[in-house]
Amino acid sequence: MALGDILIEVAGVAKHFGEGETRVDALRSVDLTVHAGEVIAMLGPSGSGKTTLLNIIGCILAPSEGRVVLDGEPVFDGRWLRRDLRRLRLDKIGFIFQAHNLLPFLTAQENVSVVLDLAGWPADDGRARARELLDYLEVGHRATVKPALLSGGEAQRVAIARALANRPRIILADEPTAALDGARAGLVMDLLRKLALEQEACIVTVTHDEKIFDRFDRLVHLRDGRLANA
Amino acid sequence: MNLALKDIRHGLFRFVLTCFGLGLLMTVVLAMIGIYNGLVSDALAVVKAPAADVWVVEAGTKGPFAEASNIPLTTRDAVVRMPGVAEAGAVNYQNVEASHAGQTLRLYVIGYEPGRPGGPRAIAEGRSIGASHFELVADRKTGLLPGETIRLGRNRFTVVGLVEGAMNAGGDPAVYVTLSDAMALQTELDPAAQRVQAARGAVSVKSASVAAVIARMAPGADVDLLAATVRQWKHLAALTQAEQEEILLSSVVDLARRQIGLFLGILLSVSAVVIALIIYTMTMEKLKQIATLKLIGAPDRTIVGLIVQQALILGASGWGIGLVLILTVKDYFPRRVVLEPFNAMVLAAIIAAVCLLSSALGVRAAMKVDPATALGS
Repeated sequence: MALGDILIEVAGVAKHFGEGETRVDALRSVDLTVHAGEVIAMLGPSGSGKTTLLNIIGCILAPSEGRVVLDGEPVFDGRWLRRDLRRLRLDKIGFIFQAHNLLPFLTAQENVSVVLDLAGWPADDGRARARELLDYLEVGHRATVKPALLSGGEAQRVAIARALANRPRIILADEPTAALDGARAGLVMDLLRKLALEQEACIVTVTHDEKIFDRFDRLVHLRDGRLANA
Repeated sequence: MNLALKDIRHGLFRFVLTCFGLGLLMTVVLAMIGIYNGLVSDALAVVKAPAADVWVVEAGTKGPFAEASNIPLTTRDAVVRMPGVAEAGAVNYQNVEASHAGQTLRLYVIGYEPGRPGGPRAIAEGRSIGASHFELVADRKTGLLPGETIRLGRNRFTVVGLVEGAMNAGGDPAVYVTLSDAMALQTELDPAAQRVQAARGAVSVKSASVAAVIARMAPGADVDLLAATVRQWKHLAALTQAEQEEILLSSVVDLARRQIGLFLGILLSVSAVVIALIIYTMTMEKLKQIATLKLIGAPDRTIVGLIVQQALILGASGWGIGLVLILTVKDYFPRRVVLEPFNAMVLAAIIAAVCLLSSALGVRAAMKVDPATALGS
């Protein structure tokens, strides 16, 4: 597979919590590069630093040291280089959660278009884009339904639509298939791969789900805060 | 996309119930404000009705409302001849209980001299007193109707007219009779007692004293000068209208006024705490959603707007429901509930301030939420 642009570049990133005797090193000098079109999985036991690394790439957690470049833009180098990290997330990053985290008071379509609304899209364009994504993900017929009435698979597809709505180039997924059976988990990963290729995006997934390991381009193992192999 | 309205619509039944509960609380607050106003208004009604400038009463008293006052009826002639006095009239006040239609009415009987100051301000229905005896004009709250009769003391009086808003500080509705009837009501004995008095050789003499003389001044005349002149008579005291009103508020209804005022203060504090608790709880229930919003890139203003708008909508709905309810039921209260638009506006401002302060607590909690909370399960 021909590699595209570098979308994630993490260099020498370390993260520790606490100081002195209570200090815990969650990440130790991690280097990671992810290209456009790549779908990678971060694996490792509990406490190995997977979620910490995902949060750092998602600009939710500041590293203790190191450098982070997202989509060609340096965002951290000893300190955050941008003040509006939420805007950065809105424009560049899509999140897919294990528990969907759809807003319960919005319909499926509104859950997708809310991202576009926040990004400043005209309301009609936002609705059209949301509908287009939901149709693409084969949940268009559930567009006016609230999340409480969606099945697990439908809710997950709406969550994927929301993550992709603003055409981000970096998609971070935390256990996206944990609530799905094997067949459906494979379908979701295939779908994510297809969308990643179409949007020239990359997908970084934290997962323990062995059933889908063969769906990734790369498996990144983390152990005691270090990359074991890539 | 208005997230606040979407969230309200999502849990509409619960939100409406919360608003209704808050509305009931606001009804109580408005009722207390109305009762407080009513107490003051009722207390002043009887003083304001004669539209007097000066009240001439017994020396050393704060009569005739705060203390008993007895002065000779002839005082009226002396007062009316004083410089600057346009007209004067003697008045008498007393409480009586009378039976009517199987019910006991507690009435505040005001005796006045028809054609002189002291009578009802405006007749709402019927006419004013035309005969010298046994006619009365009653406040509508007595339940009496023109043409009906009622026994007061030894005599039966015919109701010839109705007035509105005439009562004493205790809220007893007033009836107006002629001064001579009022004096007779005050002094005439029961026939059996009269016979005992006659047997003892005592002569029944009608009292010639009244409670006060009311004076109205000619345009441009000096009220204070008249009061000072009257005070030079050692057996009389003079109070200006403002002084009389001040006496009523500071002595007659002061305790009740402070009691209600304090209760109103407590009620407002309780309301503030309840509103704060509701808004804070509403926000805390949404923390996961707020974390999700932060994670997907929602700016602070979107989250602050969600909380503050819901708080203000809740407050406004509670206030509106409270206002509608109190306006619907206020006439069923035994005492007058007087609500001025100003009161409702002040309460609205207080509620808005409480809602903003309460939402500040919620906003503070929301701002502290880590977007990472939205990740994981």
